[in-house]
Amino acid sequence: MSPELNNDSTDVVDSSVATVEVAPGKVVEQHVVELKQTTARRVGTGAAIILVGLITALVLGMSAGSQSASFDLNGSDPGITVPKFSLPGVGLIVACGIVIILLGVAQIVRGFSKSTLRWVGIATGLLFLVAFLTWAGTEGKQAVQIGSLLQQTLFLATPLILGSMAGLMCEKTGVINVAIEGQMLFGAFAGALFGTIAGSYFGLIAAVVVGCLAGSLLAVFAIKFTVNQVILGVVINAFALGLTGYLYDAMMANDATSTNQPDVFSPIKIPVLGDIPVVGSLLFNQTIITYLMYLIVIVIDVMLLRSRWGLRTRAVGEHPKAADTVGINVLRLRYRNVIIGGGIAGLAGAALTIGSVGQFNKNMTSGQGFIALAALIFGRWTPRGALGAALFFGFASALQTALSLLATPVKIDSNLLQMLPYLATIFAVAGLVGRVRAPAADGEPYVKGD
Amino acid sequence: MSPEGPDLGKKKDPGEEPAAEGDTKLAQAESGDDRTRETISQILRSDHPAVVTVLAVICAMIVGAILIVVSDDATRSAAKYFTAAPGDTLTTGWDAVKNAYVALFEGAIYNPNGGQLLSPISETLVYATPLILAGLSVTLAFRAGLFNIGAQGQILMSAALAGYIGFAWDLPAGIHIIVAIIGGIIGGAIWAALAGALKAKTGAHEVITTIMLNYVAVFFINWLLTQTWFQAPPYQQAVSRPVDGNAQFWHLFGSGLRVNFSFVLAIAATVFVWWLLKYGTFGFRIRAVGSNQDAARTAGMSVAATYIGVMVIVGALCGLAGASQVLGEANNYHITASVDGGVGFTAITVALLGRGTSWGTFAAGLLFGALTAGSGQLQASTPTPPDLVQVLQALVVIFIAAPGLIRLIFRLRRSKSAGSAVLAKGWNG
Repeated sequence: MSPELNNDSTDVVDSSVATVEVAPGKVVEQHVVELKQTTARRVGTGAAIILVGLITALVLGMSAGSQSASFDLNGSDPGITVPKFSLPGVGLIVACGIVIILLGVAQIVRGFSKSTLRWVGIATGLLFLVAFLTWAGTEGKQAVQIGSLLQQTLFLATPLILGSMAGLMCEKTGVINVAIEGQMLFGAFAGALFGTIAGSYFGLIAAVVVGCLAGSLLAVFAIKFTVNQVILGVVINAFALGLTGYLYDAMMANDATSTNQPDVFSPIKIPVLGDIPVVGSLLFNQTIITYLMYLIVIVIDVMLLRSRWGLRTRAVGEHPKAADTVGINVLRLRYRNVIIGGGIAGLAGAALTIGSVGQFNKNMTSGQGFIALAALIFGRWTPRGALGAALFFGFASALQTALSLLATPVKIDSNLLQMLPYLATIFAVAGLVGRVRAPAADGEPYVKGD
Repeated sequence: MSPEGPDLGKKKDPGEEPAAEGDTKLAQAESGDDRTRETISQILRSDHPAVVTVLAVICAMIVGAILIVVSDDATRSAAKYFTAAPGDTLTTGWDAVKNAYVALFEGAIYNPNGGQLLSPISETLVYATPLILAGLSVTLAFRAGLFNIGAQGQILMSAALAGYIGFAWDLPAGIHIIVAIIGGIIGGAIWAALAGALKAKTGAHEVITTIMLNYVAVFFINWLLTQTWFQAPPYQQAVSRPVDGNAQFWHLFGSGLRVNFSFVLAIAATVFVWWLLKYGTFGFRIRAVGSNQDAARTAGMSVAATYIGVMVIVGALCGLAGASQVLGEANNYHITASVDGGVGFTAITVALLGRGTSWGTFAAGLLFGALTAGSGQLQASTPTPPDLVQVLQALVVIFIAAPGLIRLIFRLRRSKSAGSAVLAKGWNG
């Protein structure tokens, strides 16, 4: 990062001391130095925010229908229902637009610090969404199904979240994982095959085991044979696509009933928690794969910052030589993490077959592994960031299905609508996230004594 | 193991020239037949790139053979009475493997059982053309330290623009095709330059932006294919209007063979990239930025301008690939949602196999084109699924990317000349 900064203006605007807990009981003081953004960048970002605000207030506000929008927070299968409610249409949209414009003006005038700017970006996005959903409901024929929209979001985001966690496990320890896509494909295939032969739970285990095998393929070539990891990832993806496609043709295509018809997991309702209105049916009435996903995200998030394993993983990912010097077995830790990561990716694949449609198809991941990778980078290699980014992608896909069922004031072409989340990601990455820093030793093989 | 093994290996030799320098010097220094023979045997027992490539192809074919045997119904049923008659299993297994590899050979190079003599070669070149062009694009990006996953989107956008000019504009013969090709180049260049500019100006990572631009391009094409001014009447299928005859690439060897002028463009592009990287001033900047950004900046080069410039060329190469897909016969002169034919991602593998050199990429593109052409025959004449080809392609690259593995299997000596030339960078550039 540092060489990049020399190009930007380097006035220090804010220098403060923060304390960071690097390990339980070990607190380190960190000097936080914030660098001023260049004027061009400040004004440019502000102008972009104002543009979003203008679009919200004028385009959406003008074209909205005359009705007030009604919302339904209940998803499918709610325990206790909450009543639908209505919001005034045009007024709310214009109000959202004005708030966004004010945020943009504030950015131009005083320039938010980089960390605040991220929250300003998120707020802009949320306000725009509220306005957009209100707009979609102002035709007044149906209620906007917020509950099922969110349920769908979580459902579609689950493989993405798991995929990005798989990437995180590898990359925090210094091994680039471009092979998430391929590992997911292997997991999806194994889940469908073994799920049909021996039952869904066995399929789940098989998916994780096969994912681990795919992970060890990455591990052996990256760590033992020190193959360039980006190359390796691309090749493993091609290998997975070819092999699963080959086996699909050879086994499944002619004999689907005995090889490609696993039972799909049904949702398990957690007592008490599952009965909470709205939240209960959304979060606690899910399949076992989603619960495993919660567990994995929480465990990784906590362990990475608060356990010996986490400290060692980060050390090996940032500076393997130093880690080696203090007696950490760099290669063993890398093997372990990369193989576990493969297992998580296998689980992500299982979510696509036995957690969803109940059959395997050729190339059924269709780029979701790459979206998971993008979520990981977008989320700046942190569990929470990756989680948020993956949820965003899930939401975007869910929204598009939801809107196609709704009579919006102006008919939106579904293809153009589907572009939006990807365009939004480009804007967000360019304007708000900017330069991200991977773990310092990410992608570099470690050879002792080199 | 089968007749085409050596042929597949032989075809890649042109790509291995650069690495042989050390050995030629050695050979010059020690004159005399004995010495030369000794040097040759030394090369054969070392991990010289040519040796590794041939061995990698053989290894991939062995693994592929195992896959064929395992998935072959006849062999599996023969294996049920293996202890009673082991010979049956072996013969049926051998037949399955032989039939599959012979079919690949017949589809890609020469088919003695009919059809036009040059038809398989023509098919190989048709499939190889976009792979070579897009492979060169990925190679060039690699050399600048950029990972271009966006070839798919760049090909789609250029095919859309080239195709649109091809069917909508009314221009005289000769000029029309040139304008359409330029349109394709511009379409690809703009799409790639977007990612380059975002990287240079805001630091947005090109892996994210190119993946996202791929999706945007896919949905854009799908949208175009629903528009009446773009879609072919009677507007039932997602197919564009056909490209005008004036804007079609002319066939090289008569209309019976699909190979067309775009293959000549692929050769020209290979020469251009070779020249650029070896002699061009801008090529030097690309390599400097690719191998050490900070040093390049210290030396007064503008890293940002280099990123944008290289992405323009990268996109232009993909633009040629897109033009070859829509103005050549590969896709019957129509634009469809799958006009890219999956070339964008295979191109990455081609570039990796080409080890970051232009002629290596050319040879790798030919090999992959041959395998793709062969897969058609494989599907037509054997029960082996055509996806075998994808597995073989991946395996070859895995074995080549890991010379250590080949050394281990064949107990070769480590030599100095065998370094990997591909500069695929990690996330931090």
